[in-house]
Amino acid sequence: MDGLISFLTAAIVAGTPILFATVGEIITEKSGHLNLGVEGLMMMGAVMGFSVGLSTGSPAAAMLAAMAAGATGSLIYAFLTISLRANQVVTGLALTIFGTGLASFLGQKLVGQVAPEAIKTFFKPMVLPGLGQIPFIGQVFFRQDAFVYFGYLMALGAGFYLYYTRPGRHIRAIGENPGAADAAGVNVTLYRYAHILAGGALCGLGGAYLSLVYVPAWQDNVTAGRGWIAVALVIFAAWNPFKALMGAYLFGGLDIIGFRIQGSAIHISQYIIDMLPYVVTIVVLVAVSMKKSKEMAPPKHLGLPYYREER
Amino acid sequence: MKKVLAFALITMLVISAALTGCAPKPAETPAPAPAATEAPKAEPVKVGFIYVGPIGDGGWTFAHDQARLALEKELGGQIQTIYKESVPESQECEKVLNDMIDQGCKIIFATSFGFMDYVEKVAKANPEVYFYHCSGYKSGPNFVNYFGAMEEPRYLSGIVAALKTKSNKLGYVAAFEIPEVVRGINAYALGAQSVNPNVEVKVKWTHTWYDPAKEKEAAKALLDEGCDVIAQHQDTAGPQQAAEEKGAFAIGYNTDSHAAAPKAYMTAPVWNWGPYYIAQVKSILDGSFKAENYYGNTKDGIVELAPLTANAPAEAQAAVDKVKASIIDGSFKLFTGPIKDQSGAEKVPAGTTMTLDQQLSFDWFVQGVEGKIK
Repeated sequence: MDGLISFLTAAIVAGTPILFATVGEIITEKSGHLNLGVEGLMMMGAVMGFSVGLSTGSPAAAMLAAMAAGATGSLIYAFLTISLRANQVVTGLALTIFGTGLASFLGQKLVGQVAPEAIKTFFKPMVLPGLGQIPFIGQVFFRQDAFVYFGYLMALGAGFYLYYTRPGRHIRAIGENPGAADAAGVNVTLYRYAHILAGGALCGLGGAYLSLVYVPAWQDNVTAGRGWIAVALVIFAAWNPFKALMGAYLFGGLDIIGFRIQGSAIHISQYIIDMLPYVVTIVVLVAVSMKKSKEMAPPKHLGLPYYREER
Repeated sequence: MKKVLAFALITMLVISAALTGCAPKPAETPAPAPAATEAPKAEPVKVGFIYVGPIGDGGWTFAHDQARLALEKELGGQIQTIYKESVPESQECEKVLNDMIDQGCKIIFATSFGFMDYVEKVAKANPEVYFYHCSGYKSGPNFVNYFGAMEEPRYLSGIVAALKTKSNKLGYVAAFEIPEVVRGINAYALGAQSVNPNVEVKVKWTHTWYDPAKEKEAAKALLDEGCDVIAQHQDTAGPQQAAEEKGAFAIGYNTDSHAAAPKAYMTAPVWNWGPYYIAQVKSILDGSFKAENYYGNTKDGIVELAPLTANAPAEAQAAVDKVKASIIDGSFKLFTGPIKDQSGAEKVPAGTTMTLDQQLSFDWFVQGVEGKIK
């Protein structure tokens, strides 16, 4: 039982950076833009969050810097794909290469540095009064660090925003049919810019979780491909932040389960386990396309540029 | 028009990324354009380094780069070094090798196992260039293979760990099931058992050399299973940070990394390539080069145990010094029988020492190691 609790607790920590990046990418894709630059945005957030955290010692400043870095990176993407209507896939891939390169470059002086004590203390796991005492559930979910709690609120807030508020419905409408949204008086360009920037900021936060909390030290390429897992998870979660919340922790669990069963009675090759997140994503893709369920389908206008004149 | 502009911007993005992250950087102020004319002596000899990871890994590649800097310091005006980081172990490596030769490199160090076949091919095509490949098994007239007996300091680190542990469970975060890693684990376990026969070494495989978060997770799993000292065959400080958070202790790898986990770090088996690189480049410069494969050891100073910190048990220093001295004077040889495997069967009879070839193809764990190879 203790083993299960410690595994699930670790799974949530492992899922948190993916959760931020996934919700960020969901918000971006809901606006009809496929941004494959998640990995790059995470690295930019990781390096800026870490360096600002290192120089100021303030967790808030570090998180804001990470968001600013992610937003700035996605501003490049937004300008190219919204205003200039460049190919979204190519631009996103370029952003990944650019972001990881830039982070290595900016991080050269940070190598081997450790996050300051003030930040490490701030992000120490803490037991939420009341909730943390609930057996099992409380032990797993409510004895985490502040960043994880912020992740719960962020994902629930994003889901609420997309499905239950006016601007949220607007952005979903834009992703489905920008022409119709435009005709209804929604400012498509402004909405897309705002949501792509917000999505980028969340990706930046996901990166910052890795460099500030998860591995509180600067090491190059700290994301190690987690941005791509996030892109897969968006599909797995069917573009729904609520499902992303579960999916991220599931993928986090799959990421670490191999270590827990090595040496136990269960013999599954580590290589099979390493494949699971991707296999699961493919299965979901196939299932969705066979069911033709509207709820699980991607935004209709995903990946396509919007030409007002061609409406 | 807008499309043209967009294309131009994307191109710029890619190029700037290449410039910041990927391009080979001249490490010194660039020398005047390499003249085709045979300028005797004055022209510095170019030495190229190909790294598998980023210098910022604070581990394997960092250690090689420290040696490159030592080489530059020692041979100042006579040489110039260039390097390329994060080169994949694929066709890409061949491209980088040829690119370095085009830039005028006369000596090239390729510092990862997976570069071997590409180095072999390019070495055959360029007999005038000297190639050094780390950790492989192929070689040729202008192609030297070099490595070091990391198992010696690992044995010593096992002594430190066994003196420290209270639970008698040592954790080991390991990258891949290859002989180099298995040999290190066995040496560590034997070292630990030499002072405390009851210790057991639990192994977790990560299947990556470089992923700070994943390595940390493997260490966390070991700590949850009751291990109180974590060692690693990984290139980042992730496992040490996991130990630090749990109030446990850690043994690093590659370089002295006590800053990464000041409360947990005890010591680390480290690489010190500098003396070898300097000696080899010197031998090429003065014409005394011999194509000899090299397996450095503690005596040469290529491998060593980093200084013990205050986290290490007080009695460890004396114990380590004693064994280290006997390794250096040759009176103690690693992997001397009796050694039993995990099933308890005797693999090495008393009085015999495993040959280097046997050690280089280790595919079984010694008794007291808990883990599986494949």
